[in-house]
Amino acid sequence: MKRQHIDKTVQSGFLLVALFSITVLLLIMVFLFIEGLPILDHISVKEFIFGKYWYPTDDPADFGIFALILGSVCVTLLSGLMAIPLGIMTAVYLAEIASPRVAEIVKPIVELMASMPSVVIGFFGMAVVAPFIQELFDIPVGLNMFNASLMLAFMAIPTICSISEDAVFSVPTALKEASFALGATHFETIVKVVIPASLSGICTAVILGLSRAIGETMVVLMAAGGAAMIPGSIFDPVRPLPASIAAEMAEAPFRSEHYHALFAIGIVLFVFTFIFNLIADYISHKFRQVGEASL
Amino acid sequence: MIKRRLQIQTIAFGFLKAAGLLNGVALMIIVYFMLSRGWSAISWEFLTQPPKDSMTAGGILPCIMGTISLCLMTILVSLPIGVASAIYLNEYASQGRIVRIIRLGINNLAGVPSIVFGLFGLAFFCIVLKMGVSIAAGGLTLGIMTLPVIIGASEEALKAVPDTYREASLAMGATKWQTIRKVVLPAAFPGIITGSILGLSRAAGETAPIMYTGAVFFTPELPGSILDEVMALPYHIYVLATAGTNIETTRHLQYGTALVLIVLVFGMNLAAIILRSKMRKKLRI
Amino acid sequence: MDSNIKMHTQALDFFYGAFQALYNISIDFIENQVTALIGPSGCGKSTYLRCLNRMNDLIPGILVKGQTMLDSQDIYNPSVDVVSLRRRVGMVFQKPNPFPKTIFENIAYGLRVNGIKDKAKITQIVEKSLKQAAIWDEVKDRLNESALGLSGGQQQRLCIARALAVDPEVLLMDEPASALDPIATQKIEELISTLSSKLTIIIVTHNMQQAARVSDRTAFFYMGKLIEVNDTDILFTKPELKQTEDYITGRFG
Repeated sequence: MKRQHIDKTVQSGFLLVALFSITVLLLIMVFLFIEGLPILDHISVKEFIFGKYWYPTDDPADFGIFALILGSVCVTLLSGLMAIPLGIMTAVYLAEIASPRVAEIVKPIVELMASMPSVVIGFFGMAVVAPFIQELFDIPVGLNMFNASLMLAFMAIPTICSISEDAVFSVPTALKEASFALGATHFETIVKVVIPASLSGICTAVILGLSRAIGETMVVLMAAGGAAMIPGSIFDPVRPLPASIAAEMAEAPFRSEHYHALFAIGIVLFVFTFIFNLIADYISHKFRQVGEASL
Repeated sequence: MIKRRLQIQTIAFGFLKAAGLLNGVALMIIVYFMLSRGWSAISWEFLTQPPKDSMTAGGILPCIMGTISLCLMTILVSLPIGVASAIYLNEYASQGRIVRIIRLGINNLAGVPSIVFGLFGLAFFCIVLKMGVSIAAGGLTLGIMTLPVIIGASEEALKAVPDTYREASLAMGATKWQTIRKVVLPAAFPGIITGSILGLSRAAGETAPIMYTGAVFFTPELPGSILDEVMALPYHIYVLATAGTNIETTRHLQYGTALVLIVLVFGMNLAAIILRSKMRKKLRI
Repeated sequence: MDSNIKMHTQALDFFYGAFQALYNISIDFIENQVTALIGPSGCGKSTYLRCLNRMNDLIPGILVKGQTMLDSQDIYNPSVDVVSLRRRVGMVFQKPNPFPKTIFENIAYGLRVNGIKDKAKITQIVEKSLKQAAIWDEVKDRLNESALGLSGGQQQRLCIARALAVDPEVLLMDEPASALDPIATQKIEELISTLSSKLTIIIVTHNMQQAARVSDRTAFFYMGKLIEVNDTDILFTKPELKQTEDYITGRFG
């Protein structure tokens, strides 16, 4: 009977290890709150979120992150404007049109895009793209919202593309054949049958792609310009939330107001991405593709 | 009428194809600039010497060694935990509340921004656990960040092992654990390795999580213990490009370091991609 | 109870969730005989077979009612250890499923998991099992090669040898020849006849000629119910029920 007892013990052991991820997630939340909430002794939630001025080292300091939030939102939306159509189009191309041989080349390219270190993309935006757009658009600085969005789009495309491709690819052949049999062209079938049938997967892809963009640090740290002001045009420099944390953590004294404020920014960022993920999770479960019934 | 519809299709497919190509072009542009401007910096000395003259000359050996040590620490943390989690989810768990909670944890962990991992690592590993800025703290931070990737890849590898193997083993009076250890894991091994390489390549390129937990601006020493602070390739690029005293004069060093990082990360990815396609071909037979 | 009965089920019901797949099945399996389970696909014969070594336990949401006795013990009794049960009641599957290991390791696997460590003994049992399964001459020079390099028929005999190695008392065979060519099938059938002198064999097959050739007794299943069970020569020549006659003469459906 001995090895059967081992079996039970082993199973409990694996369960314990499997609970590690959720434990870490809870720990992350706990520590963000422990280190972030003390800022509320100095400033109200409303002042923190909607305050227009971020002068953390002034005396008295201003800890309003509205400009930072706006910076993050604008950069993310602008990058979405570029990455969403491109990502979905690439996905449709790969799943529906490309020959297997071409797909076998393009797919690794998309994977390599995903694996490109963010610091290299940020560096590229800084060293190559910035001078280029400065000249092209005749603007005073090349490090701005447009530059950062362009770089972020590059990072969001692989996420959007690979998840959408799975969704498009898993549309049942029977559905497509039914459309062909009615005399629809391939393109009409894609637009009227394939895309509607895979919409939930595509939505999940878009949300996860944007979630990745809003949480990305190095690109916005290096290419967005870093000015904590409310942007007036896409060529204005911005300072998104992650950039603030990364740039200022080194100079914030341990457990000072500034330190707590940066952790509080971490909470805001965490909440943003957490909500994005919950929505994605909800969509993919609620509207799970169930064969032909999903139309 | 039909002709017109087919014309629309041709134009539309042209656009879709262009979108697909654009990705490759964008990737190639980045790689081209890193190659053409970084190539001149690469030399034997660059790869084997520490930086000199306030990091305006010399090499990047401490960064390479630092990144490798961080990666080793990362895999030490994430591989056992990741594989064990995947085994629980795929082999033991039946659908239920616990599994839903575990999956919720993994999915959300995957979505946590890298800088938030950095904050957590700073507050927990460096300060509460008193590791300070070290390979241990940086590797642990990268390890928990890589965990979802490893779990996902391992689960996929375990799923690809045919159920008939499990049934045959159980039907002979093997226990579940014997079956997993002696039949399922060996069969899933290549897939798990592929996934781990991919996860590790991501960790190697990350900057934000190690900025305040593992990597430092400058240290001439090579890592000796896991409580040492290190230089790391990604952080070195950031430092030279933004905080160096001579940003313009060290451009070639920045490109060179970026090129080394790209080669390292892409090398790992290509290895994984090739390994995977070989495995798929093997499975088809 | 007749002492010759090795295994039997009494009023066995089986449910997948709300769906009842087997109704009130009672069959006696006599020691050292071959019993064939026949019937159209979906009739529950494979499900029934997998009840006999509790292989169905792997599926969530199932429920088994009634008695399933091995010798004088109910195998669904909570005190029964399913791992030792499966060692006593071995199984050969529809498709050959050797492990991606060497031929030797495939056979040795069952011995090792059951705690045998003595190398000489393992070698000896491996040889004996391969001989029993009539595959020894074909593989004795390549024991350290991958089992996946064998032909389908050889793989299936290897799987039988693998099942025999742990010395089971009952051997369940789930359409063991359905994926094989006629010559390989013939070899498996000869093997079944030889083995039945030492083992109680229960075989599921959709091939009626095969049932008639290899079995002593035959049970006919239809829609989850046992229609008729009798000695094979009687069932195939003078079935009691018209339903059975229709099926075995091919006038079914």
